[in-house]
Amino acid sequence: MSSTTIQIISRNKYYNWLVKNLFSSWVNTILTVISLIFVYQVGSFFLNWAIFDADFRYNFQGELIIDRGFCSKNIMPGEYGACWAIIFARWNQFMYGLYPIEEAWRVNLIYALLPLAIIGILFDKIPFRRYFIYFTFIFPFLAYFMLYGGPGLSVVGTNKWGGLLVTLFLGVTGIGLAFPLSILLALGRRSKMPIIKSLCVVFIEFIRGVPLITLLFTANVMLPLFLPDGVNPDNLLRALVAVTLFQSAYMAEAIRGGLQAIPRGQVEAAQSLGLSYWQTTRKIVLPQALKIAIPPIVNTCIGLFKDTSLVLIIGLFDLLGIGRAALADMTWTKLYYEVYVFISLVFFIFCFGMSRYSLYLEKKLKTDNS
Amino acid sequence: MTKIKSLFISLVLTLGVSTAIAGSHGSTHDLVKERGKLMCGSNTGLAGFGAPNDAGVWEGIDVDVCRAVAAAVFGDASKVEYVPTTSKVRFTVLQSGEIDMLSRNTTWTLSRDVDLGLEFVGVNYYDGQGFMVNKSLGVSSAMELDGASVCIQVGTTTEMNLADFFKANGMSYESVPVETNSEADAAYTAGRCDVYTTDASGLYASRAGYPDPSAHVVLPEIVSKEPLGPAVRHGDSEWADIVRWSLNAMIIGEELGITSANVDEMKSSKNPEVLRLLGVDAGYGAMLGLSDDWAYNILSQVGNYSESFEKHIGPNTPINIQRGLNALYKDGGILYAPPFR
Repeated sequence: MSSTTIQIISRNKYYNWLVKNLFSSWVNTILTVISLIFVYQVGSFFLNWAIFDADFRYNFQGELIIDRGFCSKNIMPGEYGACWAIIFARWNQFMYGLYPIEEAWRVNLIYALLPLAIIGILFDKIPFRRYFIYFTFIFPFLAYFMLYGGPGLSVVGTNKWGGLLVTLFLGVTGIGLAFPLSILLALGRRSKMPIIKSLCVVFIEFIRGVPLITLLFTANVMLPLFLPDGVNPDNLLRALVAVTLFQSAYMAEAIRGGLQAIPRGQVEAAQSLGLSYWQTTRKIVLPQALKIAIPPIVNTCIGLFKDTSLVLIIGLFDLLGIGRAALADMTWTKLYYEVYVFISLVFFIFCFGMSRYSLYLEKKLKTDNS
Repeated sequence: MTKIKSLFISLVLTLGVSTAIAGSHGSTHDLVKERGKLMCGSNTGLAGFGAPNDAGVWEGIDVDVCRAVAAAVFGDASKVEYVPTTSKVRFTVLQSGEIDMLSRNTTWTLSRDVDLGLEFVGVNYYDGQGFMVNKSLGVSSAMELDGASVCIQVGTTTEMNLADFFKANGMSYESVPVETNSEADAAYTAGRCDVYTTDASGLYASRAGYPDPSAHVVLPEIVSKEPLGPAVRHGDSEWADIVRWSLNAMIIGEELGITSANVDEMKSSKNPEVLRLLGVDAGYGAMLGLSDDWAYNILSQVGNYSESFEKHIGPNTPINIQRGLNALYKDGGILYAPPFR
């Protein structure tokens, strides 16, 4: 076959696909055209607003934008689009909150090491994986030391933390701590020991029965009142406790779904071979159950990552909270769209990443047994 | 669900507040000195009143009260840690002792003062519900608003005040209910209502953000009393005195014409009250358990009330609020501090 034939065939392939999927009937053709017009309109409007007509650091007169009065759109209303200068001016706050800027390298270091810390548990076919896993276990202590401070480093109280740092801290730590807890809860709920079983059921149902806001509020407001005077657990820590408990209850139910899908016969077979409960669980039940539970687990993780923004109700400056604080500053007020679009983009990047990873994992493990 | 939730929340609050009152003792002043910094409950961000700027430094007239107290206690206005609080957690955060004082545009009401176990030490901004309209309507008084459509946040005291005001004056209105303040703002700018009503300071702050602020006018009628001031925990009068007189020192400073710029010259003034305030005549600081130059530190580092007002919310700022009720009693307002003697 010559190369032209291949080209024709492949062109035909696309052509056939188009005809089959988009222009198969009059109705479909009209719908396709309308959709294309709609996509074009919305897309071009957004791109013009966000990129082509937008200010980044300088306005159309070439001046550095230092407050909203310098934004082109405020000088010539209707002519110009977004004014991203607020994001540049507040970049440090979006990334680190009110963390002292001369110490921000510590946060940057942790941001840079975070991928190395999780790569070992996300992928199994990487070289030196064992060392990456070791690092995963060292990382929380390293991160605590670097972020909070200790011998040799100045202490930065968590009330100074904010922005992406708080969002990632709550998201990653919350998910990380909730995972083992949720496995225990899920196993406990299916346990034959009545006390353990009822404790797990009560815990899961209670946590799932109240909204996260209520939990955050309870952790924030009630905890210090029941503790002796002067013992004030850290604000961020309180939020983390609430987030972890919340996430573990939801994840436990996802994992229980996986556990229930394992045929009873497998457990019986394992027992007849003389395996103990923990051996059966660890080697037979859990690997399969977790595989089945991947989509719902990732679902709850994505949900939790976004839910962390609720902490602004207790006065923590997460990514959303710091954005709202930026809008409250007279220098930048009313640049709502810019701030919210930017925050959405950051959340999207992380959530989309998680979702793609779950797809990759599903494909790799062929969960559907087909 | 909502009912159960609110029941739960009120239960939490009641429980929380009663345990806190039972459990709080020990002098706040000593605690603050020991800690080396003042924990001050601030807003999570309200233009002109309290918000972090681009460099992460807190600014605003509420923030200046915190700074004044730090200047009085430590002689250094920067020794403040700000704890951002939302309207939902502000009182419990104060009760639990996480913060030493709350300076966060909080209205002084009987139930808060008495039932919640707080102590309001004064008023640093007299607010009240006002109305904003587009200039093109040609309205100059709220009495001319008969039949207007009004953007109103549902379930707030603002809503009740609005109904009362129109009823009392025999007028009717059409309400355009919205959920949040920013939503009301958006609805008003989109022309979905003729009138936008909320606290006057909020109206000014919203107006400052419009493309053409001069096209909107805040009507002179103020239909409710919203005295905003700093609060401390009930039951520690020494600490309440320190916060109260830190605020008063700023007001008296304005009365006596002492500014951050001339405070050093004023030390050689002939006016005995100035000399008492600036600690040249010794003895007044000791009564509060402070050094004699405590008020000098406030005025030199934070400035007097007028300086703070002009810097953050006055006519030369984008918020553009006239002094109005917040002018000194001598200048036609109701701002008044007891004598310094």
